Amino acid sequence: MDNFQQLIQYVLSGLSNGAIYALIGFGFAIIYNATGIINFAQGEFVMLGGMLTIFFLTVFHLPLVPAVLLAVMISTIVGVVFERLAIRPLRNAKPLRLIIITIGASILIRGIAMLVWGKDTHALPAFSSNEPILIAGATMLPQHLWIFGVTVLIIIISRIFFNYTMMGKAMRACAYNAQAAGLVGISVKSMTLISFVISAAIGSMAGIIIAPLTMTSYDVGIMLGLKGFCAVIIGGMSTGFGTVLGGLVLGLLEALGAGFISASYKDAIAFIILLLILFFRPEGLFSKKETERF
Amino acid sequence: MQILRNEAYFLVYAAVTKYAAQRCIWTFYKVAMLKIKNINTYYGQAQALTNVSLHLSEGEIVTLIGANGAGKTTLLNSLSGIVPPQSGQIFFHDTPINNLAPHQIVRLGISQVAEGRQVFKPFSVDDNLELGAYLKQKFLSGKDKVKKNKEFVYDLFPILRERKKQLAGTLSGGEQQMLAIGRALMANPKLLLLDEPSMGLAPMVTQEIFRVIENFSREEKTTILLVEQNARAALKMAHRGYVLENGRMILEGMAAELLENKDVQRAYLGKDKKEIWER
Ligand SMILES: Nc1ncnc2c1ncn2[C@@H]1O[C@H](COP(=O)(O)OP(=O)(O)O)[C@@H](O)[C@H]1O
Ligand SMILES: [Mg+2]
Repeated sequence: MDNFQQLIQYVLSGLSNGAIYALIGFGFAIIYNATGIINFAQGEFVMLGGMLTIFFLTVFHLPLVPAVLLAVMISTIVGVVFERLAIRPLRNAKPLRLIIITIGASILIRGIAMLVWGKDTHALPAFSSNEPILIAGATMLPQHLWIFGVTVLIIIISRIFFNYTMMGKAMRACAYNAQAAGLVGISVKSMTLISFVISAAIGSMAGIIIAPLTMTSYDVGIMLGLKGFCAVIIGGMSTGFGTVLGGLVLGLLEALGAGFISASYKDAIAFIILLLILFFRPEGLFSKKETERF
Repeated sequence: MQILRNEAYFLVYAAVTKYAAQRCIWTFYKVAMLKIKNINTYYGQAQALTNVSLHLSEGEIVTLIGANGAGKTTLLNSLSGIVPPQSGQIFFHDTPINNLAPHQIVRLGISQVAEGRQVFKPFSVDDNLELGAYLKQKFLSGKDKVKKNKEFVYDLFPILRERKKQLAGTLSGGEQQMLAIGRALMANPKLLLLDEPSMGLAPMVTQEIFRVIENFSREEKTTILLVEQNARAALKMAHRGYVLENGRMILEGMAAELLENKDVQRAYLGKDKKEIWER
């Protein structure tokens, strides 16, 4: 019985981490599909989300909701500025060069964050009470519910956006065939910009909902970004649903491995999975065909 | 008072002379809607078009013929902004367009049906058509127009109406070509560029598509630049033709003349002077 309770506990924390990885992976997939580049600055949006929220809460004493909204907005503006200054001027460069530029940008953003907020870790208060909820003998925090709720909401909204709005369809069309999209009047440049806007918004939201559980600091973007990248590699870059599954699988394996083997292997597990997948199934575990994207 | 009267006289005078001048030009030669002047287009170091010029008048069907690799697609791509020319000029209604991005050129009224159809395969037929009218969707008032255009396309190609909910990737080659043409028409182009619409299609299907294009052009007064390897069918439908060879324009004339031209017959119509039993 004790083991069973522990298992439930690991599964719960695995799923909540997995949800975060999935959201971060979403950001990778959206930009990748729109531009063909892997944005290694994705993790910095996650960091900005959490840090900015704490900043507005503690320095300006704003209530939670406006603080979150402002944090998402500013992270998004950073995404826009990044696209305008670093990506757009080099539109015709090879993807590899752009990817290296994204790494540079991530170092820059992280450096600025360190100068502004220092190296300390900060805690974001839980959104609602901290009273644990008992489920089958395992404890769950209300913040876990927030994480699952917000994640599901974001996934539903983005599915509606990509499948039922004209702009979302245009983004998918652009990802499928940029040249044909240009010929029907879709501006490839604006689609690139919008992909950065959406990725930054989703990434920062992920950083905000996880911050009360894990604490946050100027450098959380590195690890979280890499985990999100793992999620998207497991799920396959081209499928939105695969990315969600990839995130959950990664979160679960990590939690189970850390629980039953050793907590010190937690991060190693993600990278072992990453390498195995890149070796044996580089298209991802859950990607079916070319035709399904987002 | 005097000044006002003078002003009024002047306005009337200006309007009359302008109208007269236009009528005049119309009767002697139609206004060229598109002028391509001496363009040179490169892929990296390799020159694909050398000093190519071409013009289109309103309402014309003009065909561009040439062997595989002659540069026909490159010419269309230069026109639509995909592969901008390195030198030379392109005017559309006297607006220079050689520095514009593809979506801006679509907005001005030039739509290209790309080689190999290029439909959005993971999308339904209906979605493909709506994406074709992407520029109109930005405005609320555009919705009715889009619906109307969609009905127009479905009337033009009734088979598409039956397949409306199907994914474009599941259509036959001919249906995909119809969809690609329909998608281009959704933007209400003034000039339609067609790149080898007959490629890989059965003769019956090609005939059907050509018939629709011809009717459409006549009824809607849409100007068409048709690129074809199927030179005979294209020249029969077109008013004028151009012949492109190795990136250079080598011949230009009325379609009927080109059909009779010995060089064209030998190179592009599969006719030569041998007797039938010699072939
Ligand atoms: N994307 C490209 N990159 C490099 N060369 C190209 C490209 N597209 C076409 N070419 C070259 O340009 C020339 C003209 O090609 P194209 O315009 O496709 O001819 P056509 O449409 O008449 O068959 C050919 O020699 C072809 O090899
Ligand atoms: Mg061609």
